Amino acid sequence: MKKLVMIGNGMAGVRTIEEILKLSPNQFEITIFGQEPHPNYNRIKLSNILQGDTSFEEIIINPLNWYKENNIQLFTGEAVTKIDIAAKKVISDQGREVEYDDLIIATGSNSFILPIPGADKIGVTGFRDIKDCEMMIKSAENYKKAVVIGGGLLGLEAARGLLNLGMQVDVVHLIPSLMERQLDPIASSLLKTELESQGMRFLMEKETVEIIGDERVAGLRFKDGSFARADLVVMAIGIKSNTMVAKESGIYVNRGIVVNDFMETSAPNVYAVGECAEHREIVYGLVAPLYEQGKILAERICGKEAAPYEGSVTGTQLKVAGVDLYSAGEIFEDGTTKSIMVYNEYEGIYKRVLVRDNRIVGIVLYGDTKDSTRLFRMLSKKEDITGISIFESQCSAEGGSGDIASMPNDELVCGCNGVTKGAIVEVIKTQGLTTLDQVSHCTNAGRSCGRCKPMVNDILAYTLGDQFDASAAQKTSICGCTTISREELVAEIKEKGLTSLKEVMNVLEWNNEEGCTKCRPAINYYLGMIHMDEYKDDRDSRLVNEKMHANIQKDGTYSVVPRMYGGVTTAADLKKIAEVAEKYEVPLVKLTGGQRIGLFGVKKEDLPSMWEELDMPSGYAYGKTLRTVKTCVGAQFCRYGTQDSMSLGIELEKKFERLDTPHKVKMGVSACPRNCSEAGIKDIGFVGIDGGWEIYVAGNGGVDLRAGDLLATVKTEADVMEMTGAYLQYYRETANYLERTSKWVERVGLEHVKEVLANAETRKELNERMDQTLKKYIEPWNEAIESEEIKDKYYTKHTVKAGE
Amino acid sequence: MIETKTRTLVANYSDLQVRSGYSVKMNDEEVALFKVTNGKVYGIENRSPHPKGGVLTEGLVSGEYVFCPVYDWKISLVDGKVQAPDEGQVKTYQVEVEADNVYIII
Repeated sequence: MKKLVMIGNGMAGVRTIEEILKLSPNQFEITIFGQEPHPNYNRIKLSNILQGDTSFEEIIINPLNWYKENNIQLFTGEAVTKIDIAAKKVISDQGREVEYDDLIIATGSNSFILPIPGADKIGVTGFRDIKDCEMMIKSAENYKKAVVIGGGLLGLEAARGLLNLGMQVDVVHLIPSLMERQLDPIASSLLKTELESQGMRFLMEKETVEIIGDERVAGLRFKDGSFARADLVVMAIGIKSNTMVAKESGIYVNRGIVVNDFMETSAPNVYAVGECAEHREIVYGLVAPLYEQGKILAERICGKEAAPYEGSVTGTQLKVAGVDLYSAGEIFEDGTTKSIMVYNEYEGIYKRVLVRDNRIVGIVLYGDTKDSTRLFRMLSKKEDITGISIFESQCSAEGGSGDIASMPNDELVCGCNGVTKGAIVEVIKTQGLTTLDQVSHCTNAGRSCGRCKPMVNDILAYTLGDQFDASAAQKTSICGCTTISREELVAEIKEKGLTSLKEVMNVLEWNNEEGCTKCRPAINYYLGMIHMDEYKDDRDSRLVNEKMHANIQKDGTYSVVPRMYGGVTTAADLKKIAEVAEKYEVPLVKLTGGQRIGLFGVKKEDLPSMWEELDMPSGYAYGKTLRTVKTCVGAQFCRYGTQDSMSLGIELEKKFERLDTPHKVKMGVSACPRNCSEAGIKDIGFVGIDGGWEIYVAGNGGVDLRAGDLLATVKTEADVMEMTGAYLQYYRETANYLERTSKWVERVGLEHVKEVLANAETRKELNERMDQTLKKYIEPWNEAIESEEIKDKYYTKHTVKAGE
Repeated sequence: MIETKTRTLVANYSDLQVRSGYSVKMNDEEVALFKVTNGKVYGIENRSPHPKGGVLTEGLVSGEYVFCPVYDWKISLVDGKVQAPDEGQVKTYQVEVEADNVYIII
């Protein structure tokens, strides 16, 4: 395999890797260095975080899981300091050396910080990454007065965010009009008036010459001698390509790292993409051209015939503090241009198109941007506009679906992901979609910057006609087959007494008669949870691992993991496992993370006979259920142990095994606070103390590493069982399907759970429902051994020879 | 050139369970047979077109689609096409049902 290394872990770079994986998934061994301690996130949405509309989790584009699934070695919080071009390797600030066959530089850019005295004081920041954002949010808690330097898009978004955080905000701008690179003076003054009415103050035509204060900033001094007080200064005057490592390694750098039409730098096998790259003297800072570059680079690296990158004409759709703006091409008249204008001061709408030789060369739209995609197409295709009406939605804010009807099918709706109107209309029609969420899932439209969402919604309304339900369209539904949410589903099942999947889908009018892989397992779970012992489980609606009672591996073989209660086994059982492994030529025998033995690489048709010969219960290593209870040796043998952890672990595992839960549940029992069973990172962890047990909940040792919170301290093992039963049942009844306990506790709140479980009567009822549920389970491997029907349906492989 | 087609008996119709995959190994090819709710039988190559592969027989069947059990791609049993936003296509086989016999024609 060739070695591919990437410096930088941002949007443009990771998109390039995604494209490479699509083209040629097994060609490269990939290593990524990211300076920030995070996976790839959507930088465009930082202003939404600042404005309090979203959380950091929600803007992560590629979670750590994604890197794992694609076998990408990721080093976060580690910067590459040198590229050794001759030896083809990179060296990091932690001394790590990694060799490459191909190297991508995707280091992005930094905020441009004014080189003035005092710029290094505490309380001065750029607005570029999540760290800046967090710093600003923190400052707003303790300070009142913020100054943003820069009246461009980024500066205004930062200012709006700081207003939301309750600060007083002054915006300092060097020249007389805001966003002068995107807006003409009329649009600019409309914007200024609007923002002033929202509480922003503007200091126009001011040049900052010094930042004053002791350790922390106290104010700014301007060239004209005037002064402004400030507890926080945000510099949003532009970006500077991050080219240092390239420059110091001898690669040719101008404003950015200079690349040709195939994103190749001056060094062999070294490429640059994104905001750090300069192509034909332009450094792009918008996402659509960067994604275009990524696509071309991916083709090049994979050895595909690639069309050269010839630069991008960009239109920018902007949303500043609730005002829709759009701008593309030239902004100012130069004597050879003529303007077509619509100006509705009353409704705050302004549109202007610049025309030269019967062709559109510039567009500025303020307040109503519905014409933008159509006009931009005319601009980029250089269409002759003689006799064409330029503004279709005229002078009203009510554009409606009229523009959608006239929009050609090949017109781009989502510029970030290259999705056309035609593609959206097609999935809506062929897949019967009714919500925005569904359309985004099927096409990727709206999943990057999200600004096209209103248009996608309009297309949805237009395509569905009378069928369109505006409020339903905005909901987060269980899946694409329905518009109802989890809460509605559970309520409907209870209220209408629905008892089977078929009934649910029928009565609740699923648009896809037989559901999908998202809703079917979920409904099956909810029905089983609500109807406790009466519901007959629908095995074919379970995901493959639960259906087969074995974990499917990537080559179609399975694994067999027998139960070993509390991780305790016997010599006799070990012998049996060894014999079965030998007899069936099991390729891999391995200790699992949950203290038991896994047999990997088993053929489907061998499963039932192996289970029979093992004669041990299923360990459910594949299920949304209790996996294992990990225990330490405890008071029986360990000189530190204060409690009998093994016997409690075995008791817990025997009681709760096979129970269906929204997601997998792991437990750990330690006999003392040294915590050898790692109980602090389990869904439920028990730690023995003198005279009792501490119960920790919502720990997680996986993707979302999280330490458990103390739920309660109890005295006896009977108390442990009672509290655990109530807690688990409450999780079963209120979590979303596929929501781990850690996420669930964060969503509903630990205090809330504690309050519910503080009531002895509630705990009793929860335990009654739990016990009722536990009655229904039978051992699944044994069931398969005894039923010819199950063996035939799930575990048989048929071989015939052609022609016989 | 004359192509010869072979008709191979691969299963009994009554043995096929609705919405459940049935794998048949024929020479070097593995076919996944699916009997869908409307009673029709489809045959497709038993391998997901996902770059990392995966068998399809164990996938969840909904209408005339099967979901790849490993990577959750939605694949049409009728023409083998992978549904958006994923892309790709699996090989489809011509299936004939006569009385209780299911044949694959190659």
